[in-house]
Amino acid sequence: MATATRELTPAEAHAHPAPESIVVRFAGDSGDGMQLTGGQFTLSTALAGNDLATFPDFPAEIRAPQGTTFGVSAFQINFGSTAIETAGDQPDVLVAMNPAALKTNVEALKVGGLIIADEGEFTARNLAKAGYADGANPLSDGSLAKWQLFKLNISQLTLDAVKPFGLGNKEALRCKNMWTLGLALWMFDRDRAPLIDWLKGKFAKAPELAEANIAALNAGHAFGETAEIGGDVARLQQHSVAPAPAEPGLYRTVTGAEAISLGLVAGSKLANVDMFFGGYPITPASAILHHLSRLKEYGVTTFQAEDEIAAVASAIGASYAGKLGVTSSSGPGIALKGEAIGLAIMTELPLIVVNSQRGGPSTGLPTKTEQSDLYQAVYGRNGDAPMPVIAARSPADAFDCAIEACRIATQFMTPVMLLTDGYIANAAEPWKVPDMAGYAPFPVTFRETAPAEGETFLPYARDAKGARPWVKPGTPGLLHRIGGIEKKVDTGNIDYAPANHQAMTDARKDKVDGIAAHIPPQEVTLGEAGSKLVVVGWGSTFGPIHQAVRRARAKGLDVSHVHLRHIWPMPANFGDLLRSYGKILVPEMNTGQLKTVLRDQYLVDARPLNKVSGQPFRIAEIEAAIEGALA
Amino acid sequence: MNDMTPFTSKPKDWETDQEVRWCPGCGDYAILKAVQRTMPELGVKPENTVFVSGIGCSSRFPYYMETYGFHTIHGRAPAVATGVKLANPELDVWIITGDGDALSIGGNHTMHLLRRNLDCQILLFNNEIYGLTKGQYSPTSRVGTRSPSTPFGSVDRPANPCAFALGSGARFVARGIDVHKNLPTVLKAAHAHKGASFVEIFQNCIVYNDEVFAPFTEKAQAGAKQLWLDNGKPMLFDGGTKGLTLDVNALTLKVVDVTDGDWQAAGVIVHDETNRGIAHMLVEMPFGAYPVALGTIYNSPAPTFESAVVEQNAKASEGKAADLQKLIGKGQTWMVDKEPRAE
Repeated sequence: MATATRELTPAEAHAHPAPESIVVRFAGDSGDGMQLTGGQFTLSTALAGNDLATFPDFPAEIRAPQGTTFGVSAFQINFGSTAIETAGDQPDVLVAMNPAALKTNVEALKVGGLIIADEGEFTARNLAKAGYADGANPLSDGSLAKWQLFKLNISQLTLDAVKPFGLGNKEALRCKNMWTLGLALWMFDRDRAPLIDWLKGKFAKAPELAEANIAALNAGHAFGETAEIGGDVARLQQHSVAPAPAEPGLYRTVTGAEAISLGLVAGSKLANVDMFFGGYPITPASAILHHLSRLKEYGVTTFQAEDEIAAVASAIGASYAGKLGVTSSSGPGIALKGEAIGLAIMTELPLIVVNSQRGGPSTGLPTKTEQSDLYQAVYGRNGDAPMPVIAARSPADAFDCAIEACRIATQFMTPVMLLTDGYIANAAEPWKVPDMAGYAPFPVTFRETAPAEGETFLPYARDAKGARPWVKPGTPGLLHRIGGIEKKVDTGNIDYAPANHQAMTDARKDKVDGIAAHIPPQEVTLGEAGSKLVVVGWGSTFGPIHQAVRRARAKGLDVSHVHLRHIWPMPANFGDLLRSYGKILVPEMNTGQLKTVLRDQYLVDARPLNKVSGQPFRIAEIEAAIEGALA
Repeated sequence: MNDMTPFTSKPKDWETDQEVRWCPGCGDYAILKAVQRTMPELGVKPENTVFVSGIGCSSRFPYYMETYGFHTIHGRAPAVATGVKLANPELDVWIITGDGDALSIGGNHTMHLLRRNLDCQILLFNNEIYGLTKGQYSPTSRVGTRSPSTPFGSVDRPANPCAFALGSGARFVARGIDVHKNLPTVLKAAHAHKGASFVEIFQNCIVYNDEVFAPFTEKAQAGAKQLWLDNGKPMLFDGGTKGLTLDVNALTLKVVDVTDGDWQAAGVIVHDETNRGIAHMLVEMPFGAYPVALGTIYNSPAPTFESAVVEQNAKASEGKAADLQKLIGKGQTWMVDKEPRAE
């Protein structure tokens, strides 16, 4: 619990977040609709032209007991007039819908930051549920003195606002989030019209609910406009954040799950094959199955299998039959798929495996983010089982990564692992809708011609890239059998001979290693080759690393940022690039997995910076590590 | 689009150049021959046929069939086959599996394939033993089976494959015997049924479980212990001297004697292969007091999974243009006309 060490100075008390960017965190009970509030606020922010990044942070329980700290659901958004790459280290504004939300989130708030609390929920009962000492109420005991506290009875104000609609008390209180959103829209000078349209659409079948929610939204907005609150209490002020610089074009917000789904559809179109998606529900990967199941007109067949193994096995069966098989899961499900992925490696069929990583091991932290499945992706199968691995750095980047996965899988006849994480899957960011004409197609050529008289078809003969032919069952003259047993070079017949196994193991390895020649060379993301320090990252740590390196460079430090998309195989120039730097720092949300791979592949002195708290890195944490490394 | 003239082929056309590597005397040889003999009679083409198997002795089967074939991983053949069939419903899919593959490690997939009613044939070679791993007891082994892993005899009760299939919602359940002349008839019926056709084939493992089915497969016993079911025909066995009647009070089947062929007088019931209740009783008849029910036990077609998927995909796509550029630009969007700070 927060305990003020001293009273705020008037300057501190009236400090406001810098106009360049503002971080707002909405926190409430998991039944309070915070994710929805955050999502709609995100949309209005995007429509206002700000750049933004979000961080949804919600409990694993669907409906945890009301009012408890473990039932708190939060949504953080960082938006501004400049490029935004992280959801923000520390919120400037915390909206706390109940005592538990305040308790679990207030410590993250910037000193001098603004707390907006619904005092109507700070009852003795709710305070006790949140674990406050008997009789203690942070809203009145001065314990929040290092922040600005703005308390108001949102519950009562909402009830008053929706009274004309004759809703029951419970239903009326459900409009609280819209009241709060209305106030937030006023605070940041946002247009309410798109929200009103959205509410009308959402409650099209219950117009009285639409009207009540709109009334709550308007009331919250009006409250901000008209409330005159002065004296020694914190004051609400309106901020207008200028639009961020952006290239002209059409924009939308996109979550990682949406971007992956769209990227897979785009990739299958560029490959000119239909997609088959086999999935099994698992947090945080299910959203991909949900999105794709609505896209049937794009030649997508989705199949909710009986388990993770059937999900991947059906995708392999579909690939065998001539569709692009895709499966998706999170760490525990990927573990179950391991044997089947080995089958796809052995039978050399295209397959895409999306891993939306979460905290592990075992069930771990289903709704929290982590990058701890890199070993699993690169090494996690029996036998020598090489498999390309690609990692997305952000929701928007996931679109291109999914296309890249489709390209590699179909061009090289191999399964590909596409790594994202819970943060990327759920977070939203503005995305400049790409022009599909800018993507080079990579159409698949199925083998359709039977061999000439006297010649036999060789299902494991390889092209220059080391890929074997893809033949659809149903094609006359090309009958063949494949399977998980070691196969004879060229013919694919069962063969246990020592030299043959050596040759086939080498062929599988060479094929995957050879992909390095068909991927773009590694670029320096920020900075240049040869600086004193390079910060090497992969996946969703992109934002905090990039900002930290930018800040350090602004201070004159000789540091660069290199962010890997191709984890396996790595780009051909990557070793030389790494060796050009004095020191190598690898921040990861795991205990040092990429660091180990870098050491193994290049014999370089890569140093780890690790965090496994289920929360993304803060910029300041990486900045401090950069300064430490260069001290 | 399909050429409806039956395709002509000979059993030989369905053989590959691969050397068959089962133990000499294995029941699998007989099943392979029966399948290769049956395929020409079905009028189907090898290139439209896919054999999918899991792991086990029986699962080597696809290598010996001159068709498309996929030898997958242990227990997962039904899941792979589901992907094959959903990707191309025109393919004729056969699943070859064993008692361990289908009912132990792959029990879950077998259950769901049957409940979904994917159009395919599942041939379960039941030898009541793990052959490939050298003789451990299997989920269909009888209590007391001595094996390397159960030196004092197995203590767990066996699964009944056909009862499992019916319980999982199978719409076609049949039984055959590896060396019996009726096996092609059973296979043809399985193929004719549109939907998941489940066929349990009693298969003798000459090395690890020899003669485990001898009490009803031996020539001397066959008549008295085999009840070959024929739709619309009375349930007679033992040269027509015995039959099954329904004891309506106990709600069980009962063996009755038939004198002078007058099965009606004896109350012998007529096989109605669409009767699910009787099918349950037939597959659960305890051996000894009853014969073993063979042939098509249950056959009551229902809509298939892949046709439902195809239909829904088509319906959901109706009138919708697949414009990728539009799709990615969907939702609440905004235009940036010029660089906001470009002055």
